[in-house]
Amino acid sequence: MSQTSLAAALIAVIRKDITLALRRMTDVLTTLFFFVIVVSLFPLGVGPEMDTLREIAPGVIWVAALLASMLALEHLFSGDYSDGSLEQLLLVPQPLSILVMGKVLAHWLVSGAPLVLMAPILGVLLGLSVDALEVLMVTLLLGTPVMSLIGAVGSALTLGVRSRGVLLALLVLPLYIPVLIFGAGAVEASVSGLGANAHVSLLGALLVLAICFAPWATAAALKISME
Amino acid sequence: MPWFAVIAVVLTVIGLYMSFFVAPTDYKQGEVYRIIFIHVPAAWMSMFIYILMAVYAGLGLIFNTRLSSMMATALAPTGAMFTFVALWTGAFWGRPTWGTWWVWDARLTSELILLFLYLGFMALQASIDDPRRASKASALLALVGVVNVPIIYFSVKWWNTLHQGASISFEKAPTMAATMLITMLIMTFAFWSYSIATALYRVRCEILERERNSDWVLEMFNRKPS
Repeated sequence: MSQTSLAAALIAVIRKDITLALRRMTDVLTTLFFFVIVVSLFPLGVGPEMDTLREIAPGVIWVAALLASMLALEHLFSGDYSDGSLEQLLLVPQPLSILVMGKVLAHWLVSGAPLVLMAPILGVLLGLSVDALEVLMVTLLLGTPVMSLIGAVGSALTLGVRSRGVLLALLVLPLYIPVLIFGAGAVEASVSGLGANAHVSLLGALLVLAICFAPWATAAALKISME
Repeated sequence: MPWFAVIAVVLTVIGLYMSFFVAPTDYKQGEVYRIIFIHVPAAWMSMFIYILMAVYAGLGLIFNTRLSSMMATALAPTGAMFTFVALWTGAFWGRPTWGTWWVWDARLTSELILLFLYLGFMALQASIDDPRRASKASALLALVGVVNVPIIYFSVKWWNTLHQGASISFEKAPTMAATMLITMLIMTFAFWSYSIATALYRVRCEILERERNSDWVLEMFNRKPS
């Protein structure tokens, strides 16, 4: 029996997940359109005054991104769970936490990255300045992977559970709060001229923490769910 | 277990009597402050029970001891109840003192998030049918939660100071009359005993439910094993 190296296994996992996602574009597009629709509901609800919209724009875009990435979490393990390849993943000799990291990375590339790219367009619609748009993209670039990583724990815990979507929201959203605070706070700080460096650094710290601990917790959660 | 229930009742009666009739009226806040005799112990308990729950959950997860995960399960509703009581009494205190039911203060917000964490724990437990898997999954969630609690607390705190929203300072009067302190401690011990009593009661039900097919349970209820 030939032993596959860790890197090869990791790449195989990432490639498989991305291929599957690209073959089924609706999941990717649904998340993206959900993001757009939620943001565009706010001007309709709050009113079209540009000043108000500019003020609430960071929070609105961040909350919408948070909800959209939470919505996408349901697809993270469910496909593999239903066709049985998740069990095979648990049997692989390579450490599960690394493979989980690969899955989360692939998931982020197809669900988080589109949000980052779409955010500036929505920011323009809400009247954000160019500087603020830059900060918005940077913070989303740092924040959406954190959300994918934390969400993976919740997604793994709720595999095959009744009314999964609502439960996932209840578990994961409170844990997203720090990301939301620093992400939206950074954009707000740059709008008000305070400089976003402190917030961005804290977001980076959260990302490092999440990379260290979340895959490990997700692997443990998967083992619990599959036994 | 009945002893803790008795202690809880006795201490609550003493504590309530002291807080209403013995403790002096606060010179600044008047009679309103008496709500802290319930509010502060409840807030303490809400945080402490979460940590205790996470410790039990961790023990259950690491050593695979069934009783510790059952204890975690049993503690969750009590903790959620105390969190709710702390928020509710806080609102009642805030209305006359601050003139508002709620401010987005760091402490209030993190207490609210703590309530969400409790609810998530109980919801996860309730929605998984297999009790072993349920307790393991919720144990992991409790551990993830307890790691996150300080992060959430500090982020909310910084968020609050950056916004400079509420201009209300939480600083209480620096010195507290001795009777007030004693009353508060009595109430805290009362809540402690209450938590122990309810948790043990719940654990007893939980054990009976999980072991309902074992011989000793059937014997206890004088029934023949089917």
